[in-house]
This record gives sequence, C-alpha cells and structure tokens, in this order.
Amino acid sequence: MDLIRMKDVNKRYKNGVTAIYDLDLRIEKGDFVFIIGSTGCGKSTLIKMLYREEKPTSGKIIVGGIDVAKLRNGKVYKLRRKLGVVFQDFKLLNRSTVYENVAFALEVFGTPKKEIHSKVIKALELVGLKHKAKNYPTELSGGEQQRVAIARAIINGPKLLICDEPTGNLDENTSMEIMSVLEAINQMGTTIIMVTHDTEIVDKMKKRVILLDSGRILKDYEKGTYKHESI
Amino acid sequence: MRAFRILSRNIRDAFKSVFRNFSLSLASISCITITLVVVSLAMILSDNVNNFATLVEKDVTIVVFLDRDITKEQIEDVRDSIDVLDNIASIEFQDKMSISKEMMESSDVFKNILGNYNEEENPIQDTYQVKVKDIELIKKTADQIKEIDHVSVVKYGEGMVEQLVTVFDVVKKVSIGMVIALIIVTAFLIANTIKITIFSRKREIEIMRLVGASNLNIKIPFLFEGLFLGMFGSIIPILATIYGYTALYNNFNGQLFSPFIKLIKPEPFIYIVSVVLLIIGILVGMFGSWRAVKKHLKI
Repeated sequence: MDLIRMKDVNKRYKNGVTAIYDLDLRIEKGDFVFIIGSTGCGKSTLIKMLYREEKPTSGKIIVGGIDVAKLRNGKVYKLRRKLGVVFQDFKLLNRSTVYENVAFALEVFGTPKKEIHSKVIKALELVGLKHKAKNYPTELSGGEQQRVAIARAIINGPKLLICDEPTGNLDENTSMEIMSVLEAINQMGTTIIMVTHDTEIVDKMKKRVILLDSGRILKDYEKGTYKHESI
Repeated sequence: MRAFRILSRNIRDAFKSVFRNFSLSLASISCITITLVVVSLAMILSDNVNNFATLVEKDVTIVVFLDRDITKEQIEDVRDSIDVLDNIASIEFQDKMSISKEMMESSDVFKNILGNYNEEENPIQDTYQVKVKDIELIKKTADQIKEIDHVSVVKYGEGMVEQLVTVFDVVKKVSIGMVIALIIVTAFLIANTIKITIFSRKREIEIMRLVGASNLNIKIPFLFEGLFLGMFGSIIPILATIYGYTALYNNFNGQLFSPFIKLIKPEPFIYIVSVVLLIIGILVGMFGSWRAVKKHLKI
C-alpha cells in the first residue's frame, strides 16, 4: 500500500525558481528510500513538501491519507504528528537535557509523565544513548546528537521518518552508526526517506534510490540496483 | 485531565523559560517596569487633579440674597421653591446677624463698619447657600432661583465658575487621554521587546512545530510567559505606588501647597492603582507575546 503518493507536483518559489517539475512518485509502507542528486536538484524541496514546510504550487501530495497540498497552516500539526523529521543540524534545544529534548515531542500533547518516561527511555535505548539521558546536547558528539534527534523523531511511533542529510555533518564511521540505527527503525516497520549526498552510504545500503536532476526524477533504482559508478 | 496536564506544563515551562532566558526576560521586565511607573505617575496625577476638580466643584455655592424686608414665612416659602428645583444638592440658611458676626470676627475693618449698626439697621441680607449637583447646569439653576419671589440677588461667581468648569473638563480629558495613550504605547513597546526575546527562540518554536505542536500548543506557553513578565514587571511600580504615595501623602499632611488642594487618601486609592497596574502589566505582557509568536507561526 502506498504511504506517499505524489502526482503532477510542481513547485515554483516566489523568486521565480522552479524547484520541482511534474513529479510523480509512490512510496510504499515500510520502504527505505534514498533521494540523491546534485546540489539544487530539488531534493530538499521534495521532502519539505512531504512534511508541509513548503506547499506545492500545483499537484497532489498524499501522505498517510492526508492531502498535504490542501492542508491549512493551522492543521499542519496533524500531519507532523504522523511523521518524524531528522535534520543535518540536529535541531536540538541546547538548554534542555537529552531526556527533555526527546520528551518534548510528547509533553506537547499532554502525555502522562509515566508514559513519557517509559517511551523516552525506550527510544534512547533504541539509539543507544540511555546512559546520556541527563547530558546536554553540547556535551555530546555530533553522532550522538543526531541519535538524540532520531530518538525524538521516532518517539511518537511515526509511520514515516524523513531524514534531510542526517549524516552530512558526520564522519564515515559515525555515519554508518546512524545508518544502522535507521535500518533498525526501518525493520520495525517505519518508512524512511533519506536525502543524502553521501554516495558511499547509498552504495552500501542497497535500498531503493531516486535520482533527481533539475527538479525531475532522472532515475528510480529498484532495491539493490544502484551503483555510484554506474552514473 | 489531559487539558489540565497541558495547562500545568505550560505554566511550569513558561515560568522556567522566564529564568532560562533571563537576560532577555530582564529586558522585557525592565521595559514593563519603567512604563508602568510612568503610567502610575500619570494615574496618580490625573486622579488627584480630578479629585481636586470634584472638590472645588462641590464647593461652588450659589448665594441667594433675600429681600431685606422678608418675613419668616416668606423665607420658608423661598426654601420650598428652591427645593423643588432639579439640580439642588443642599440648601443652608444663614441669617444676617450670624453673617455679620462672622464677618466682624474675620476682620477688624468689618468690625468697625458693621459695629455701627444695630439689628434693625444691619445692611447685610439673609441668604441661602445653595449647592448644586451638576456644576455645568449652575447658570440655569441660578436663573431659576432668580425668578423666585423675595429673592433679590443671586451670586455664584459667574464667569469664574464657567471658566473653572471648562478648565477642569479639559484637564480631565487630557489626563485620561494621556493615560490611554501611554498604555497603548507601552503595549507596543513591550510587544517589540518581547518580539526580540522570542526571535531568539525561533528555533524552539520551529522544533515545536516540527514535533507536531498545534499553533495553540505553541502560543499558550508564550502567553503565560507574557503573563509572568507582566506580573514581574509590575512589582516595582506597585511597591513604588504603595510606599511612594503613602510617603508623599504623609509628608504633605494630605494637602499640596495649601489646604485648598487636598490629596486623595492613600487607602484604598493605592490598592486600586496597584490592581490597575497589575492588570495593565499582565494584559500588555500577554498581548506582546501573542503578537510576537503569531509572526513566527506563519509559513
């Protein structure tokens, strides 16, 4: 079953730049998809439209049954609660502890304290950071901070995890650690869409790969068929 | 239960956040403090002017001089005729002997002149001292009294009273206008200060949106924060009002420069001003926060 369905999507920014042209895309539940392409090819715009940070100029986008293109500003939270987002710059609150950062996503909805505690501990265990719960983000390495961001993104048990260059700031080994965390999350049933520049990771992971160029899908590689050298 | 949890969390977080962002909170609080002190001064000033005006207005008296050959019954008739008029607050009779006695006591000149007359020859006339309810209608009332039989002359400080009424009216309107203008200016000033405070927390708002907080979820903690900023900002102005005004009142024995200008008694005046300051502080703080957050909630 499709979790994401994009049809004839166009995105033109106010400054006249067209980032996405007539894009059609289907992503099934449980998939792990890489979106790659050179800088300015529309990767970020594409995923920003998925979590409704940007609105498409025309076309249809359905994410988990929600018509994203028609979603009003005041209702965006309904979509956001169904998905998690991870960024290159982690976007953590530096003045809150690791625990507080992860709990933040639950506190917003008035979840009972006990439930928050058990969920936060479980999420931190999953990313291997339970022992750092009381530390502040600035006391952690880049890889650890990214894992905190992942824990926050998955705490609500989202169907979809969107990752915008999550390994962009990390070295090779740390990147692979993050990838194994993401793989584990994917195996638990969460669909993952990851934008990346890192072709080595893409090579190693052997997942579905969508290659974008100038706002269009240039190629859609089936699972395991992508090889960096072949481009 | 869920709503209560969200509310208590919001209040707790707002309180925490005031202290976590202390330097910026201090900027907002100082801004509220300074302007509320000015508002307090303006309120104390305008209320006292109004109070003074009211006292003076209450003091304005129509003096009704009665005919020299008036009988006791006629004096009563005049009283009844004045009594039925609309604008009358009080009537007091003063007979000519008591007036001349009073005058003689007050000055040696009068004593010399009036001392030469006996009761029969007393040149002073019996009078009614009439106080009116609405000073703006004093002319009309005086004219009506003039029409009554056995009334010889009616005096109320014509011209002067009208001028006084106009001046006080202007002072009243100007002072109220000033307080309102000051409150509005304060509100926007504080809104801007809080905007700067919140601008530095754009990231926090961004993350809140990202994890699925609704606009209301995001706004409420900031509203409470504005409430706390307003509350903290009004502490010094309130203390200054309570202690400052009481000290001023005691220092001048309740009057300014002359017994004619009476100050408003501190109690309950200072408490009313304090409550008004607190309410202004809170409303203005919340308004500032609300405006500032709203800006960051648009995509």
